[in-house]
Amino acid sequence: MEIQVHDIRKTFDGTAAALDGISLTIRSGELLALLGPSGSGKTTLLRVIAGLEFPTGGSVLFDGDDASHRTVQERNVGFVFQHYALFRHMTVLDNVGFGLAARPRANRPAKAEIRRRAEELLALVQLQGLEHRSPAQLSGGQRQRVALARALAIEPTVLLLDEPFGALDAKVRKDLRRWLRQLHDRTGHTTVFVTHDQEEALELSDRVAIINQGRLEQIGTPSEAYLRPESAFVFDFLGSTNVLPVEVRDGRAFFAGCPVPVADGIEAGDGHYTLQARPCDMMLAVDRQGPGLGGIAEMVRVSLGRVRVDMKVGGLARPIELELPMKGEGWRELQPGQSLRVRIDRYHLFAAP
Amino acid sequence: MRLSAPPHPTTPGLRRVSPVTERPATRWLLVVTALVFLLFFLLMPLAAVFVEALRMGIGPYFAALVDPDAIAAIKLTLLVAAISVPLNLIFGLCAAWSIAKFQFKGKSLLVTLIDLPFSVSPVIAGLIYVLLFGSSGWFGPWLAGHDIQIVFAVPGIVLATIFVTLPFVARELIPVMQQSGTDDEEAALSLGASGWRTFLKVTLPNIKWGLLYGVLLCNARAMGEFGAVSVVSGHIRSFTNTMPLHVEILYNEYNFAAAFAVASLLAVLALVTLVLKTCLEARGGPGVSSSGRP
Ligand SMILES: Nc1ncnc2c1ncn2[C@@H]1O[C@H](COP(=O)(O)OP(=O)(O)OP(=O)(O)O)[C@@H](O)[C@H]1O
Ligand SMILES: [Mg+2]
Repeated sequence: MEIQVHDIRKTFDGTAAALDGISLTIRSGELLALLGPSGSGKTTLLRVIAGLEFPTGGSVLFDGDDASHRTVQERNVGFVFQHYALFRHMTVLDNVGFGLAARPRANRPAKAEIRRRAEELLALVQLQGLEHRSPAQLSGGQRQRVALARALAIEPTVLLLDEPFGALDAKVRKDLRRWLRQLHDRTGHTTVFVTHDQEEALELSDRVAIINQGRLEQIGTPSEAYLRPESAFVFDFLGSTNVLPVEVRDGRAFFAGCPVPVADGIEAGDGHYTLQARPCDMMLAVDRQGPGLGGIAEMVRVSLGRVRVDMKVGGLARPIELELPMKGEGWRELQPGQSLRVRIDRYHLFAAP
Repeated sequence: MRLSAPPHPTTPGLRRVSPVTERPATRWLLVVTALVFLLFFLLMPLAAVFVEALRMGIGPYFAALVDPDAIAAIKLTLLVAAISVPLNLIFGLCAAWSIAKFQFKGKSLLVTLIDLPFSVSPVIAGLIYVLLFGSSGWFGPWLAGHDIQIVFAVPGIVLATIFVTLPFVARELIPVMQQSGTDDEEAALSLGASGWRTFLKVTLPNIKWGLLYGVLLCNARAMGEFGAVSVVSGHIRSFTNTMPLHVEILYNEYNFAAAFAVASLLAVLALVTLVLKTCLEARGGPGVSSSGRP
């Protein structure tokens, strides 16, 4: 099932637009991550696709057919809620069988068949033996899998997951993440999942859609998004960055009048830009008197496999963060208060806002 | 051989109290004060009802209960409850549902209005209906023209009872429904269930203890209401007397034993309500009666 979201807008009364004209295509069989900061509209978009929320404008197409006027029941989507929304008073088995039992009489399977299918799905999500527990007697990760089995039971055209791992601890998250990827590869459902965890989105998905303030910033494979960010926001959102306002003249960048030492020549035309570079892409200039962006070391801290240095630069509100490899040179003598120089190995230039 | 639990190790001189625990004397004083109040204002009157009712012996007690007027009063009370409680149930469900699950204009007004019967004197509740439907009231002439009697008849009593009991079910359900949110319902809908099925299979089980609790309190009030009913009843024996009104009439006639006999039925109703209420609270957990209302 291919899903096209076309120019979707959604305004809740009295607030700024939650979705401000989003268009994207979810390819059949892919695992797409919706990534964005809190309040960016991820849940709203997911709910619009499911038919739980009606957009103020725009349309949603299922395999080319306009589904905008279909009710949530008619869309046949599997929706997994952030807090699972399992039915408390039903056993795990009844929860999973709910969707089949709720079908109109004409195409409702027999009781025994519903039971068999539910048991099959519980086996698929590796929860055999817990059929007769109530949701309250399950761990968070188990509840999550019950919710997934329940959504899969209706043979959905698309599986929508709202922060599927949001309420779990880090270890369980990692395991379930890998497991979900395998499950997806096995069942081949078109799947969209919401997350605000960059690592999760990049690791798990076929493609990532990055959303900010109700707008789509970029959609592409994880490596495209990470290596070729199309906007300053995307670059900044996928890992921490240092931001330097620069002016480009004749293929050279200047910060506050001083040349910025970048590894290779700048190809951008003359004008004002923001230069962004990840902490790991900035290097200490060995020659402390030579060319480089100068500043004062504020903090030097040894962390797992790396040395983190904060460098105060005159004219910048935030200190420049550096991450130096441990085996590298020059950091052992580094003391807070010392002046140092850095050069920038890799960077991105974005038009100044 | 006798097995006994090892004595709990205590450190001498260590006061094992939490910061909010009062000194023993203060605690003792508080408990005794509360108990004295309970004894004088609740238990003694309750005991007095039964003592007075049985003062003449068991024979006259039952005679008073099977007296035709008493039977009529009991029947009317049951009838009024049987009509007003279900209507309240429907109203309570609708009101709580819309308040807890939708956003709409005038919502806060609706919440305030639901509480109105709690803040209005029951006498006024009765008077409203006399003013509306009485012979000289707004609709009086029209009703008289069509030979419909509301005030000083059963419909008036039912109306007044509904008015005073209106908040009970809604008040219990609103917090329960607000707490459970709409996730469960949305999950059911997304699984293809119809609205009606979602209500029956998902919403109702989630709210059933709160609902029962509300109905129970509503029923107790419907059967015990005096003020509002008294105004619209007209006190016509065998026709428009509910049990509380019947008690008053018997009492005014110095027929104390009979008055207390009927009153004892109401007292039993209260006790049964209390026991059921406690059971429901144990069953329903913290969700039930989080509204803190009577
Ligand atoms: N029912 C609603 N009524 C009013 N405003 C809403 C409603 N639902 C969402 N919003 C607003 O729409 C915007 C987007 O919300 P949404 O829940 O889609 O964000 P999100 O990206 O899922 O965030 P999070 O990561 O915190 O879950 C927010 O500003 C939010 O306040
Ligand atoms: Mg969300």
